[in-house]
Amino acid sequence: MALRGNLRDFTVTQLLNLINLANKTGTLLVEGPNEVARIAFRDGKLAYAQLGQEDNRLAAILHRANRLTTGQLRVIQMRASSLSDKELGLSLINANYLTQEDVLNALHAYFTDIIRRLFAWVEGTFHFENEMLPPEDRITVRLDLENLIIEGARQLREFEQLQDEIPSLDMALRFTERPGANLQKMNLSVEEWRVVSYISPRNTIQQIAAACKMNDMEIRRIIYGLLQAGLVEVVRIENVPAAVEKARAAAMPAQNKEEQKSLVNRLISRIRSI
Amino acid sequence: MQTVKMVVTGPFSAGKTEFIRSVSEIDVVSTERKITGDSERTVKQATTVAMDFGRITVDEDLVLYLFGTPGQKRFDFMWEILSEGMLGFIVMVDSTRPETFREARSILETFRAYAPTPYVVAANKQDASEAWELEDMRHALRLDSKVKLLPCVATDKNTVKNVLLELLYSILAEMETSEK
Ligand SMILES: Nc1nc2c(ncn2[C@@H]2O[C@H](COP(=O)(O)OP(=O)(O)OP(=O)(O)O)[C@@H](O)[C@H]2O)c(=O)[nH]1
Ligand SMILES: [Mg+2]
Repeated sequence: MALRGNLRDFTVTQLLNLINLANKTGTLLVEGPNEVARIAFRDGKLAYAQLGQEDNRLAAILHRANRLTTGQLRVIQMRASSLSDKELGLSLINANYLTQEDVLNALHAYFTDIIRRLFAWVEGTFHFENEMLPPEDRITVRLDLENLIIEGARQLREFEQLQDEIPSLDMALRFTERPGANLQKMNLSVEEWRVVSYISPRNTIQQIAAACKMNDMEIRRIIYGLLQAGLVEVVRIENVPAAVEKARAAAMPAQNKEEQKSLVNRLISRIRSI
Repeated sequence: MQTVKMVVTGPFSAGKTEFIRSVSEIDVVSTERKITGDSERTVKQATTVAMDFGRITVDEDLVLYLFGTPGQKRFDFMWEILSEGMLGFIVMVDSTRPETFREARSILETFRAYAPTPYVVAANKQDASEAWELEDMRHALRLDSKVKLLPCVATDKNTVKNVLLELLYSILAEMETSEK
């Protein structure tokens, strides 16, 4: 039910990751020391954003994007203040003054800028209101979150936190099967691509680091970003059969396969009877 | 007499001792101490220091031991010792305290690196109104869809049984796949 918590425990990047993976629809409210940000999502994609009292009506956004002059903005604010954002957008497009793409680009730029500013927040609380969306007359967008997540993850600098996120470098990585997690669409750096090229359940993170000539910190930071963006997941190194057998032999008094199975079945019936 | 063991791990105050207590046939041999640190004392009164220890007798010649790890980080040297020879492990997570999820994930990864044995994750305290939903916890804990994340109320024997059974089913399933 409750998706709420503190920014000390969940970074904005991690929240975006969660919203992305769970395909959430609703509004994330982040209360910082000075202002409140409201970020709306539809099916895990960014739809709308508002920061504090900042004017986020379409006219103001187009003005910020240098699509309207200060004079034009003032005219709209004085004479067309009763027009909704959708109506204003349509009028400007129908008048061939702007294209639909111009309008959407300005909105994309403004909303992602708000998220970038949010990345800097370290104090504050958050909660998610399921199904809450901006008023009908506002123009919403559909923007994939992966690139923003990678960008946010790059800003994590604390060694301790990275160590917590990726405690063991003896694990391997594999690409997730999540639909939509598309590497082609990502703006990856050269170093990130290099790491990506070595990802396989047969290579430990340590081996990838050695191949890419990276230290523990560098490899952890890159992998953290890929993990956050939902592109890869941590798995145990392959060749497992031998290791699994060994671990099981250490755990079981019976060494023969059939005896081992019968032992587990006895445990199962015993627990059922509790 | 044959013995097997399972490990119950997770962050401070996740409910490990309570979990073992619910199903153990002996009083849990708990090495609990009164808490001295102020921040931890606001959460609860006593904490496990070295380990918890519970027992379930299966029949004349088979006993299952449940070991609970100490939750506080400064006792994590015990983890590796306790994980030696475990049949599987359970990671308990307090669903009402998202501030512990990062640590839970780190504990999970650490245990996963100790031994390639099966494990399940128990989303504990699901009876509380502030509990996070399972699906949100799955993403926050970064569990892929194949990892079992089970609702749990450590004081409710049935949910505890279910967690143990699911772990045993995973152990059995893994034995069957590795046979092929
Ligand atoms: N509501 C609720 N409370 C629980 C549940 N499980 C445990 N608790 C309470 O949570 C607190 C912590 O439980 P413990 O079993 O001591 O936790 P622990 O994991 O052994 O803690 P440490 O040994 O200190 O790491 C206690 O006050 C329990 O009564 C549950 O499922 N629901
Ligand atoms: Mg305890």
